[in-house]
Amino acid sequence: MENQRVLVIGGGISGLTSAVELAEAGYDVTIVEKNSYLGGRVAQLTKYFPKLCPPVCGLELNFRRIKENGQIQFLTQSEVSSLSGSEGAFEASVTVAPRYVNDKCTVCGECAKVCPSERSNDFNFGMDKTKAAYLPFNQAFPHKYVIDRAACKQGCTACADACKYGAIELDMKETTQTVKAGAVVQATGWQPYDHSRIETLGAGKPKNAITNMMMERLAAPNGPTEGKLLRPSDGKEAKKVAFVQCAGSRDENHLAFCSYICCMASLKQATYLTDQYEDATADIFYIDMRTPGRYEKFYKEVSSRQSVTLTKGKVAEIIEESNGDVTVVVEDVLGGKKLRKTFDMVVLATGMQPSGAAAQVPGLSYTDEGFANAGAMKEGTVAVGTAKAPLDVARSVQSATGAAIKSIQSLVGGNK
Amino acid sequence: MEKNYGVYICKGCSIGDLIDTDEVIKETASTTKVPADKFKVHDTLCGDEGVAMIKADVAAGVNCLTIGACSPRVKYEEFDFPGTMVERVGIRELAVWSAREAKEEESEYYSPTLSATDYMVMGITRSQKGDMPEPGILDDLTDRIMVIGGGMSGLTAALDAAKVGRDVVLVEKEASLGGWAARIYKSTPMKAPLDTLIDSPVFDLIKQVEANDRIKVYTGTTIEKTDGQPGLFDVTLSNGQTEKIGAFVMASGWKPYDHTRLTHLGAGLKGVVSSVELEDMAKSGELAKYKKVAFIQCAGSRDENHLPYCSSFCCGTSLKQAKYVREANKDATAMIFYKDIRTPGQSEIFYKSMQNDPGVMLTKAEVTGVSESGGKLFVEASDTLLGDSIKVEADLVVLATGIVPSTAAPQQYYDGLTAIAAKGDEAKAKYLEETPKPETILGLQYRQGPELPSLEGAYGFADSNFICFQYETRRTGIYAAGCVRQPMNMAEAAEDASGAALKAIQCVDHVAKGIAVHPRAWDATYPDPQMTRCTSCKRCTDECPFGAIDEDAKGTPFFKINRCRRCATCMGACPERIISFKNYSVDMIGAALKNVEVPEEGMRVIVLACENDAYPALDAAVQKGHKLHPGVRIIPVRCLGSTNLVWVADAFSRGVDGMILLGCKFGENYQCHFVKGSELADVRFSKVQETLDRLQLESERCVMMQVGIDEYDGLAGRVNDMVQNIEDELGPNPFKGF
Repeated sequence: MENQRVLVIGGGISGLTSAVELAEAGYDVTIVEKNSYLGGRVAQLTKYFPKLCPPVCGLELNFRRIKENGQIQFLTQSEVSSLSGSEGAFEASVTVAPRYVNDKCTVCGECAKVCPSERSNDFNFGMDKTKAAYLPFNQAFPHKYVIDRAACKQGCTACADACKYGAIELDMKETTQTVKAGAVVQATGWQPYDHSRIETLGAGKPKNAITNMMMERLAAPNGPTEGKLLRPSDGKEAKKVAFVQCAGSRDENHLAFCSYICCMASLKQATYLTDQYEDATADIFYIDMRTPGRYEKFYKEVSSRQSVTLTKGKVAEIIEESNGDVTVVVEDVLGGKKLRKTFDMVVLATGMQPSGAAAQVPGLSYTDEGFANAGAMKEGTVAVGTAKAPLDVARSVQSATGAAIKSIQSLVGGNK
Repeated sequence: MEKNYGVYICKGCSIGDLIDTDEVIKETASTTKVPADKFKVHDTLCGDEGVAMIKADVAAGVNCLTIGACSPRVKYEEFDFPGTMVERVGIRELAVWSAREAKEEESEYYSPTLSATDYMVMGITRSQKGDMPEPGILDDLTDRIMVIGGGMSGLTAALDAAKVGRDVVLVEKEASLGGWAARIYKSTPMKAPLDTLIDSPVFDLIKQVEANDRIKVYTGTTIEKTDGQPGLFDVTLSNGQTEKIGAFVMASGWKPYDHTRLTHLGAGLKGVVSSVELEDMAKSGELAKYKKVAFIQCAGSRDENHLPYCSSFCCGTSLKQAKYVREANKDATAMIFYKDIRTPGQSEIFYKSMQNDPGVMLTKAEVTGVSESGGKLFVEASDTLLGDSIKVEADLVVLATGIVPSTAAPQQYYDGLTAIAAKGDEAKAKYLEETPKPETILGLQYRQGPELPSLEGAYGFADSNFICFQYETRRTGIYAAGCVRQPMNMAEAAEDASGAALKAIQCVDHVAKGIAVHPRAWDATYPDPQMTRCTSCKRCTDECPFGAIDEDAKGTPFFKINRCRRCATCMGACPERIISFKNYSVDMIGAALKNVEVPEEGMRVIVLACENDAYPALDAAVQKGHKLHPGVRIIPVRCLGSTNLVWVADAFSRGVDGMILLGCKFGENYQCHFVKGSELADVRFSKVQETLDRLQLESERCVMMQVGIDEYDGLAGRVNDMVQNIEDELGPNPFKGF
C-alpha cells in the first residue's frame, strides 16, 4: 500500500539511516540513489572524527539491516525526474540509468581483466583511472560491477564475451519506474565546493593544492595510492603540509555559511599525516577552530602534537612554485605579521555545498543556496542531513533518525 | 522442528576449478552423517536454474539448508528461502579465493579441497545443532512511552510519539513545563531570517502538549524507582503513583556550571553575572541600564580545572545576548572576548550580522583577570587581536558558562561507589554515609545500578559511543535526548528528541513481536539458560553489557530478555555453559570445532571472527588477492564476547595448533556494538593459561588480534605470520593424532 511506503531520495548516510529506521519501525521504503553504490560521500572518507574509525563499519551494519529487513527497496543510478501529489499520496517518476550489468554479477572480475578501455575514476576525484568495466570501490554495496559505456570503444564486447554468468547486457536501456509513497525524505546530500572557483587560492591550478576530500582519498587504503600520502604532481611523499581553513567558506563571494566539519576534518587529516610519516608537519591556518562539544578533546589532543601548528589568519594567496611546492601567504593576526611559507602540499579545507545548488528534484522546494527550504517544506516531506544544513555525520544520523518519525506521522495522518 | 537436510555446493567463481566436489561430499557426508544423496552440486547456484533447484527441494520438504558458495554477505536475495533454516558457508572466499597453492602444489595436508571440506562440515554441524528461532513474547506488555523532562526535548518527544498514535506519560520535576527554554528572554533564529531574534518556541509546544489527549503530564514530580524491562517497566513516581511503561525517552536536561567557582574571572564581584542570570535581567528590563557589557566566552569551559569540554551553544548565546544589550539601549556597547567563535553551519549568518553591528566588538583573547576599582569593572586580556595586553572597562561582565548534564552527578556517585567498594565494606559504608546522594533520574532496580552507566570520555553526558548510531545506550529501552546527551542548542535539542521518540517506539514494537532491537533488530532468538545447572557464579550477570540479568532473592541470575541485545556475552562467560540461543550455542561452535579434520601433519589454526568487523575485512582481503595460510579455519561468531573458554579445550584437545580471536578494536574509542565483546574475550583468553596448562600447551598458541574493517591490507599477513610463528617457535600440537 502506498501510504505505508516512504520514498527516500538519496542513499548516503542520512538516506540510509532514515530508510533502516523506517523499515525497523515496520514501514516499506524505496531509496533512490544517483550513484551506482549506497553510502554517498562517507564511503569516500578514510576515517570519521573524533574516533578515527572507518566509515565502512557503520555502513556494513546498515547494509546488514537492509539485507535482514526485506522492506527496503533500493534503486541505484537513479534519479527522481518528477514528484507530484501530496502528503499521504505522492507519486514519483524515477529514471533508472542502465548499469549494463545485471544481478547475475558475481564480482569475479573477469570483465575488468579483459576490458581495453579506461576512464577517469570519479570516486577518487580523477586522481587515477579504472577500466570501463569497474567496481565502484572494493567494499561497495550493492556488490556488483558497472560499465561506463561512454568510455567504451566503439563495438567492443570484450566484457560480455568474458562473462560466464550472463551478467553483462550491453544494450541495457534507461527505464522509468513509478514510486508511490505517503511521505518523502529529502536526503540529497552535498558536493565539495568547486575549488577552481576560488581565485585567491590558486583557482584549481596548482597540482599540489588539493581539497580535503581529495586528501581523504589519498589516505584511503582503497584510494589512488593505496593510502600512501604522495603528492599528485610527482608522487613525492607529502610531509610538509598546510591546511587552509574556510577555503571558500564564510565568504560572501563563495559560500556564506560555515560548513561545520572542515576544522575537525583538517585536525583528523593532520593525524593521517603525522601517523604515516614520523617527520611530517601539519600547519593549520584558521579563522576560528570550530570543534564544539565533545570534539574539544580531539582538538586538544591533535593541536598539542609537536608536529601540528595552528595559526589564526586568513590565507590571502597560494602560489605554485616551479618544482611543484606550494607557497602560502597568510596574515598571522595574533602575531601581527605577514607570513610566507612553502609546503610540499596544501590541503584546501573546502566546504560542503548542498547538491541542490547544482541539481534540484522537481517538486521539492529549495533556498537560494540550494538547501532544502526549511521554512517552506511541502507537507509530507522532510529534509535530512546535508541537504538541510552543513552537518557532520553524527548530526546527519541524528536528523535522519528523527525524520523517520516525521514521515510516519505523515503516513498515519498524525499531523491533522 | 523435524529437520530435512539439503546441502548445496556451487562450482562457480573458480570454486569448481580448485576443489574436488566429489571428495568434499564424500568426506562431509561421512563426518556429519548427512547422507550423500542430500548433497547437490551446481555450476552457478545463484543463477535462475540453481535457485529454482533449491526452491523445488524446499517445496518438497527440505527445511535445513547448508549452502556452500560465496560469502553470506552477498547474494542474500537469491539464497532467501522463507520458513527454512539457511546456513551460508563462504567457501568461495575462505577456501578458494584465499588459496595460495595452485592445484599442482597441493599436499596431502593442505589443499582447497581439504579447506572446503572442513567449512562444509562446520556449516552442516551448525545446521544440525541449531533450530528455528521462536520469538519469546512476554505477557502483559505495554507500549506506553515515558518521557523524563518537559523542556524542548521532552515536549518534542512527547508530541512526536503522540502524533503517531502512542500514549505518553511525561514527568517534569519542576512545577511548570518548559525547562530552560521557558526561562530565556528570546531565542537565536532557527531559520530565515537568520539575523532576527525570535520568541522561545517552547511555549507553543507546551500548549500543544497540554491540549493533547494522548499525553499525561506530571509536574513537580520525579521518578522514585523503575522496575522491570522494556515493555514491562513499573515506574513508581515521587507522588506515590505508579505507571506501566514500555520505553523511555530520557530528556532530563542540564544545569549551568557553577559560575561562582570562577573567581579568576571575577565571580563574586558586583556586576559579574552568569549567562543564565543575564537572561533574567533581559526579561526583567534590568539590562537596559548597562552601557558597557563584556562577555567572557569559555568561562570555565575548555578548561581542565573546570569543564574540559565545549558547551557548543555559548557563542551563539553571547551573540544573542549582545543583541539584547544593543536592543535594550542603543548607546550601549557589547564586547565579546573569545577563544574561537563557534557558530557552525547557518548560525554563521547570525554571527556575521552581529559583526556588522558597530556597537558590538569582538576579539580573540586570553582573559587574564577581572577586577573592580572605583565602582568599575575591568577585564584584562592578553594575546588579543588588538594587542598583546589590554584592559577594558565594563559595567557588567557576563561569564558565558557551560552546561553540566543531569547524568553527571549520578554517574560520578555510582562510579565512586564502585571504586570504593573494591576497597572493602567499611570504606563503602563511609562513602555511602558521607557522600551526598544525587537526584534520581531513572532509579532502575537493576543489579548493575540505578542509572545509565558512564561512557568513558563523555564527561557525564548520556551519549552514544557510535557516530553512526546516535541513540545506542547501554540500557535497552532507554533513549537519551537533548542536552543530557550532548551539548546542543534548542533547535538541535528538538530534533534530537524526535530521534529518541522513534527509537522508543521501535523498542516497544519489537518487544511486542519478541525480536531484538539495534544492532540485531532482526533477531528472534533470546537467551534460554538451563537454570538447573547454574551455580550462581554471576559471571553472566556482571559481564552483560546491558544489565539484562538481575538476581532473584536467592541470588540466582534472572534473565530479563527484553533488555537483551542478543550478543551472547553471557553465553561466553558461563563456565557451566548453560546459556544458549535457538540458533547459536556453545555446543554448536564446540561441535563444529571438534569436527575439523586435523591431519597428523600440517598446521591447523582456528580463527574466530566477529561478524561485523573481522569477517568483512577477511572477505575484502581475499577478494583483493591476499592469500591465507591453507591451515587456517575461520569461524564467524556473533561477537567475540560470546567466545567460551571451552572452545579452547575443544580445539586443542583435537590437535589444533593455534587459535586466533579476530575482532574489533577496544579501548576508549571502542567499536564493539556490544560494548566490550573483544575486550572481554581478551581478558578471558589471558586467563586461558589455566586451560592450556591442563593440556600442557603454551599460552602463546592463543592470541587476540584487533582489526578494523578497513584494515584488510595487512590482515592476511598478520594471520599468516601468527601461524608461521606457532609452527616455527612452538611446533605442532603434541595432541595431534591422539
